Amino acid sequence: MSGLQETEYILKCTSACAGCSTSLILRHVLAAAGPDTVLVIPACCTSVIQGVYPKTSFRIPVYNVAFAASAAVASGMSAAFEAMGKKTNVIAYAGDGGTVDIGIQALSGALERETNFLYICYDNEAYGNTGMQRSGSTPLGARTTTTPEGKGHKKKDLDRIVAAHSIPYMATACSAYPKDLAGKVEKALATKGPAFIHVLAPCPPGWRYPAEKTIEMGKLAVKTGVWALYERMYETVVISGPTKAAMIKPTPIEEYIKPQGRFKGITPETITTIRLDSERMLRRLAAEEEGSC
Amino acid sequence: MRERLALSTPVMGACGKTGTWRVFRPVVDREICNACGICSLYCPDGVINEEDYSIDLDYCKGCGICANECPKKAITMERE
Ligand SMILES: Cc1ncc(C[n+]2csc(CCOP(=O)(O)OP(=O)(O)O)c2C)c(N)n1
Ligand code: SF4
Ligand code: SF4
Ligand code: SF4
Ligand SMILES: [Mg+2]
Repeated sequence: MSGLQETEYILKCTSACAGCSTSLILRHVLAAAGPDTVLVIPACCTSVIQGVYPKTSFRIPVYNVAFAASAAVASGMSAAFEAMGKKTNVIAYAGDGGTVDIGIQALSGALERETNFLYICYDNEAYGNTGMQRSGSTPLGARTTTTPEGKGHKKKDLDRIVAAHSIPYMATACSAYPKDLAGKVEKALATKGPAFIHVLAPCPPGWRYPAEKTIEMGKLAVKTGVWALYERMYETVVISGPTKAAMIKPTPIEEYIKPQGRFKGITPETITTIRLDSERMLRRLAAEEEGSC
Repeated sequence: MRERLALSTPVMGACGKTGTWRVFRPVVDREICNACGICSLYCPDGVINEEDYSIDLDYCKGCGICANECPKKAITMERE
């Protein structure tokens, strides 16, 4: 990663919590994207961590928009740049709440219209900015301020919803694998048409683990198979190295669940359900990669 | 038109000197450090210099990720 310093597009420092994945992800996304980039950001932690008017720590143009509107605004922006003959990257950077719940129709519309842009959903699995309410992306069994006994519903499968739009490039990533993430951002931006990246973003206050464990948590999510890293070009699936390794020799899922305070009091049955769902997802991806489904 | 938009200006320290948040400070043992760069790759706030791996304590929030991830265990977190 030599050379990142010249390509730091976030000035010291944001007001993000110590150990925040959202900042780490954005740092590497912007370094990969370069200076000719515009960010579209809906209401989320990222709209707050920029700083308060009239100052900002972000060194590239940012357009802060209404919660549901990121993909719609990015569509208009992309069309305007195209009309002007500009090659500027349009990146929507939105949370899970702003993507799987409130922004999903705008996202679906932009994908269907083949908007030339990159949509990144950083997934801290709750409405972080407003104090950790459950979102459609919160996993089964996780405590949030609105699910104090643990969430009774499963995590919404956003990636299969996006995949159903049959787009030229989509990928999953995780803050613990920044080089993998940067490579995927470069590929996504080189793609003409819609690209989508879903990045798992461990969040110390939301997941209730000590701040220094952010990278460890992300690696455990991948090694246990709870989170899978892959790319999809239309119907072709390519599973990324760390998930390939996890498929051969997975780490027991408890090693991911137990250190997180949000899973306090989770039952063995719920853990089994999460494990079986993860195994099913990995089997499906392997079958898709082989082209047998 | 331009003046009527709420436009923010990028500056260092837009969110204050975040180093004041710190409870524990990262201290690097230069004898042990092999300059692999992993700490600066993972610092969420980009406060570790990429050339000499020095840490900008005006802004380091003391999260401890660098110490946790350093493969040589060259960084210790010491109470302020
Ligand atoms: C229409 C609307 N409803 C509610 C809010 C309040 N709100 C602002 S940010 C936010 C949570 C965003 O959660 P997510 O998208 O997951 O991003 P995170 O904060 O976790 O980064 C909410 C509920 C809003 N700004 N607009
Ligand atoms: S709540 Fe989580 S995602 Fe939001 S700034 Fe804090 S650590 Fe980052
Ligand atoms: S991770 Fe450790 S060994 Fe590597 S550069 Fe940083 S302090 Fe040195
Ligand atoms: S303690 Fe955290 S903020 Fe400070 S240098 Fe280490 S990783 Fe960066
Ligand atoms: Mg969120």
